[in-house]
Amino acid sequence: MGISVKNISKSYDKVMALKNISFEVKPGELFGLIGPDGAGKTTLFRILTTLLIANEGEATVAGYNVIKEYKSIRNHVGYMPGRFSLYQDLTVEENLNFFATIFGTTIAENYDLIKEIYVQIEPFKDRRAGKLSGGMKQKLALSCALIHKPKVLFLDEPTTGVDPVSRKEFWEMLKRLQKKGITILVSTPYMDEAALCDRIALIQDGNILEIDTPEVIKNSFPKRLFKVKAAETFKLIQDLGSYEQTHSAYPFGEYIHFTSNNVDFNAKDLVQYLQANGHTDIEVNETAPTIEDTFMELSK
Amino acid sequence: MNKENAITVKDLTKTFGAFTAVNNISFEVGKGEVFGFLGANGAGKTTAMKMLIGILKPTSGIATVANFDVISHAEDVKKSIGYMSQRFSLYNDLTIKENITFFGGIYGLKKADIKVKTKELIEELGLHDEANKLVGALPLGWKQKVAFSVSLLHNPQIIFLDEPTGGVDPITRRQFWEMIYREAHRGKTIFVTTHYMDEAEYCDRVSIMVEGKIEALDTPKNLKTLYKVDTMNQVFLKLARNIE
Repeated sequence: MGISVKNISKSYDKVMALKNISFEVKPGELFGLIGPDGAGKTTLFRILTTLLIANEGEATVAGYNVIKEYKSIRNHVGYMPGRFSLYQDLTVEENLNFFATIFGTTIAENYDLIKEIYVQIEPFKDRRAGKLSGGMKQKLALSCALIHKPKVLFLDEPTTGVDPVSRKEFWEMLKRLQKKGITILVSTPYMDEAALCDRIALIQDGNILEIDTPEVIKNSFPKRLFKVKAAETFKLIQDLGSYEQTHSAYPFGEYIHFTSNNVDFNAKDLVQYLQANGHTDIEVNETAPTIEDTFMELSK
Repeated sequence: MNKENAITVKDLTKTFGAFTAVNNISFEVGKGEVFGFLGANGAGKTTAMKMLIGILKPTSGIATVANFDVISHAEDVKKSIGYMSQRFSLYNDLTIKENITFFGGIYGLKKADIKVKTKELIEELGLHDEANKLVGALPLGWKQKVAFSVSLLHNPQIIFLDEPTGGVDPITRRQFWEMIYREAHRGKTIFVTTHYMDEAEYCDRVSIMVEGKIEALDTPKNLKTLYKVDTMNQVFLKLARNIE
């Protein structure tokens, strides 16, 4: 009773936002949709939460069809949209109470589920939601999305624009919710968060590039990957760009991640090339690919 | 720093009522440097940046940007800098060309110069086919690249970038940083905030703000050595506390 998506397509005027995509989220799974702005993530969320109708295809959420049984879905899912969409003029407690009432429940009834998150904002329960800081708004939005004890939780880019410390805390929170049996579909543009999901779908331009566990996706990287470093980074990027054996060269932290178009590539050749171009402090070492490497290779 | 400074900040403080958003910070940014200005949400980065670009008056302390005092010469500061943020960059319902013309006009460029600049910019970005399309129809990454180029129209010496790559796809994000490198190479000073810690590694030096103060400031390499970790992400997690 997770999520099932079959051949879903959606277009807005001339733009195809989703192109015939299919995937399954198992019950209790923490599933990540990983892709940049404009990939189609929000469109998919809106279809699955019954706020938008697909042009083609079928989908079920918690066993309910998104079209025929949309009312049941609305009772059984929690949705935290990318944009803060609570009532700014209501206080923290009023917002939570409002959402509980709408779903025919009370704060007390499901307090256990939200307790861990809500206690962090409870000291500010009389403050208007519009006056909260970004991190507190996020916690309130999550509390409101959980107050009716949903079977499936949809989180659309909950960590965009959030600093690394708060992002880490947020993911720890998701892991604990998952342990309570909630199926979670979460989207993010941060590739490092993909590693925290059970399975992920890489999505770009309305297409799913790959679906699997983060481990398998990392290991499916089709080439040998090298990390390259030299004293002058900018010159290094330019020189790698014009090297005849370069397949890809992307800045990656303090290194440039490099792959070759030559199956018999020898790192010594590259070192020589860089030396000939006046580089110093050259390092070329083979390295393990990350999700981000795979994403870039697939979307190249 | 012995060479000429693009930015000099001394004991800069900003309070809002009883709350001290920026607490007595001091640092210098050298000409041509790529300076990463990091910190958790709410650490005071935006407030500090607003003071540096001349739109918020400090409570106390001194800041000089492009040799102009941010308090007494705020207007000169604004003319000497470029600024782009993630939130507001361009007008979605104007075309790329119209945006360039509009901002060129705002920056006081002559009509003839705007024409030349527009051609140059579209060429450099490889956007011939998109030049007459509405900005709203562009992918975010492209928007941000255009916005960056627009912030350079008046040939500023220092460019302030507030989370320029948030949500941008990984390839475009890297192309964006290549543009940053290129401008730094041409002698421009870059002052940039980001939540991507791999991008922090691309900076010549980074500062990390925690609760209104600058808690660390050095090259990424030295910071990693100092905190005995392998990545800037780990440095950040060690230093930055969540203030909520």
